[in-house]
Amino acid sequence: MRLEVLKTYKIYIGGKFPRTESGRYYKLKVANKTIANVCQCSRKDFREAVVVARKAQEGWNEKSAFNRSQILYRIAEILEGRKTQFIEEMQLMGISKSVAEKEVVFSVDRLVYFAGWCDKYQQVFSGVNPVASSHFNFSVNEPMGVIVSFAPESSPLLGLVSVIAAQISGGNSSVVLASEKYPLTAITFAEVLNSSDVPGGVVNILTGFRKELVEHFSTHMDVNAIVYCGTDKKEIELIQKNAATNMKRVSIYADKEVLADEFENPYEILKLQEVKTTWHPIEKIGGASPSY
Amino acid sequence: MSKKTKDKNWNYSPAPESSSSATIEKRYNLFINGKWVKPSNGKYFKTINPANESVLSEVAEANEKDVDIAVKAARKAYDKTWSKISAKERAKYIYRIARMIQERAREFAVIESMDGGKPIRESRDVDVPLAANHFFYYAGWADKLEYAFPMRKPKAYGVAGQIIPWNFPLLMAAWKIAPALATGNTVVLKPAETTPLTALKLAEIIQEAELPDGVVNIITGAGKTGAAIVNHPDIDKIAFTGSTNVGKIIQQAIAGTNKKATLELGGKAANIIFEDAPIDQAVEGIINGIYFNQGHVCCAGSRLFVQESVYDEVIRKLKWRMKSLIVGDPMDKNTDIGAINSSEQLKTIEKYIAIGKKDGNQIFQSECFLPKKGFWCKPTLFENVAQSDRIAQEEIFGPVLAVQTFRTVDEVIAKANNTPFGLSAGVWTDKGSKIFNVTSKMKAGVVWANTYNKFDPTSPFGGFKESGYGREGGLHGLSAYLKFD
Repeated sequence: MRLEVLKTYKIYIGGKFPRTESGRYYKLKVANKTIANVCQCSRKDFREAVVVARKAQEGWNEKSAFNRSQILYRIAEILEGRKTQFIEEMQLMGISKSVAEKEVVFSVDRLVYFAGWCDKYQQVFSGVNPVASSHFNFSVNEPMGVIVSFAPESSPLLGLVSVIAAQISGGNSSVVLASEKYPLTAITFAEVLNSSDVPGGVVNILTGFRKELVEHFSTHMDVNAIVYCGTDKKEIELIQKNAATNMKRVSIYADKEVLADEFENPYEILKLQEVKTTWHPIEKIGGASPSY
Repeated sequence: MSKKTKDKNWNYSPAPESSSSATIEKRYNLFINGKWVKPSNGKYFKTINPANESVLSEVAEANEKDVDIAVKAARKAYDKTWSKISAKERAKYIYRIARMIQERAREFAVIESMDGGKPIRESRDVDVPLAANHFFYYAGWADKLEYAFPMRKPKAYGVAGQIIPWNFPLLMAAWKIAPALATGNTVVLKPAETTPLTALKLAEIIQEAELPDGVVNIITGAGKTGAAIVNHPDIDKIAFTGSTNVGKIIQQAIAGTNKKATLELGGKAANIIFEDAPIDQAVEGIINGIYFNQGHVCCAGSRLFVQESVYDEVIRKLKWRMKSLIVGDPMDKNTDIGAINSSEQLKTIEKYIAIGKKDGNQIFQSECFLPKKGFWCKPTLFENVAQSDRIAQEEIFGPVLAVQTFRTVDEVIAKANNTPFGLSAGVWTDKGSKIFNVTSKMKAGVVWANTYNKFDPTSPFGGFKESGYGREGGLHGLSAYLKFD
């Protein structure tokens, strides 16, 4: 009889798979049997993830939108190819096969959906503003920057994939805390990202305890926006309060909103975009004629 | 040139605007539910002309009880009338307001300058027309909202609480009220305590326009009144323009509630002059960027970055131009820089000038004559400012410019973005590709290339980062007052 080789689940920061610097872990148990020792990420892991996410964001945003689109599509391709692995892993975490199958195919389709938006939402939602003075004036969407998220606790893959897809299709970089209950597929999804030409640092996936990290996620001064999936009123209030320290933009979702088909819409991308408006004089230079 | 003119100063003769076209009541009550009502505590505070410290009027101080009455009136108006009438009719009411402001433009401009200290030329040519245009622009949106958000069903929030600053009193009232009404919300608005008069005049227009009672309520008071609006449980939406500190307090106050907010907060904009800029125009742009409205502008170009190769030329021309700025009577049509809005703000500005001197920065102020009475500040610039100096980091909100230099494009992009703020930026160069490179890298909501401090109702305005969130103006300004199923 052959002894099965068990997988060590680590975290995903900057395109690498380190263990948590804290050396802590929690036991993931299904039917009283330990199926994995999962990294219990610390504040320091999170802070490191933000540093690499910040570095990666500019380059990600400077890639052509068409290129980003292809990379998101590539993620979908790779995920499709590894369907069976994900289904088995979800079953290992106690999810029925039929639910697991749906979770994976919906995730693939969702990636394809958002891949398509990468080079389209700008045209739909940008425009020239017909100002009354002699200026050319236009407004465009720009990514907010580094987004940190709490992925839906109730979903092993689709929740995480949805949150990430909406963020990176708009040129943001992403630090996500995986579901505490279903962390394995999140880390395996990191392997998919890692083989899909997604530059290191654009997506960073941590595992651990929401309760422990919510304070750090919401107070970090180099985070532009925070996405919270869940319904814990205390956590939501804490996030909204802490977000004021550097005016993080806050999005709150119930899990089911993220998992629903209706999540497939471009406004989810726009929620994590800033509007920039640029003015330029037409023919005569504006400063030459005082406006007052 | 005859000998006589050669010896003479080229001073302008006074050209004062008459205040006779303006009617200011001795006392103003609160405008609630379409009527003028006395404040429940019977308290009034004075509003003065910052150019001569004379008392213009006294206005009511609304307390929590008054705020509650106003919010109830707004809620009732929303439930009973404003949400029931057709969008077409709603539009027509707003058009009426726009027209009436235009009709009374001169009066508004005069009162704006008297109450706030800004030059009459600016009130007349910028504040008041833009305010009227804002109403006119948003009026037309009222019955077209479905087209603004493809595949979505927009719905009004209900009651909006709006708190506005003293730097553009009427214009900010317009920025707040016009989109709120167009989207079908009702309003409780509080103008700043130093500049309440034009908002109260606007209440007169709202009355004349026969807007249903309670749709717009205008109540006066200071920070406490504002806090009562923010904390009132029946407010659905807060719109605030003001300092970043207060904005943060508001966000914390509404945490855990269902209230939505848009916050338009402070700024510390970089105005960048490249060596290939049209220098003379750029100098005008620097002047306009920092000395427009006495520098009481959240998007003021208060950090000047000049490329080293043209530094001497730019600074020489800038100083020369500063000397020609006319500081004084806001009612004089020749005045470029009027009075500082309040003694409190003057103290703040003077504090920062002292800090700038203490930090060893080289100060230059134009040698202009300042009136004895009132609050005044000479146009000021500091050279050799370091990125870490407080005058380069903190918002001063006055006519004080911090000048820094740079060598390369990458350097200036890094320096310009190295601030918690992100409201606006200016870029001056004749090279098109450089404009697109630099403007796209500025982390700021509004970027002016080869121009500065331009505003338009169709153009969204608002910041990145700690300059707040949400946009005002244009189609984008609508979404601040709408929810979607």
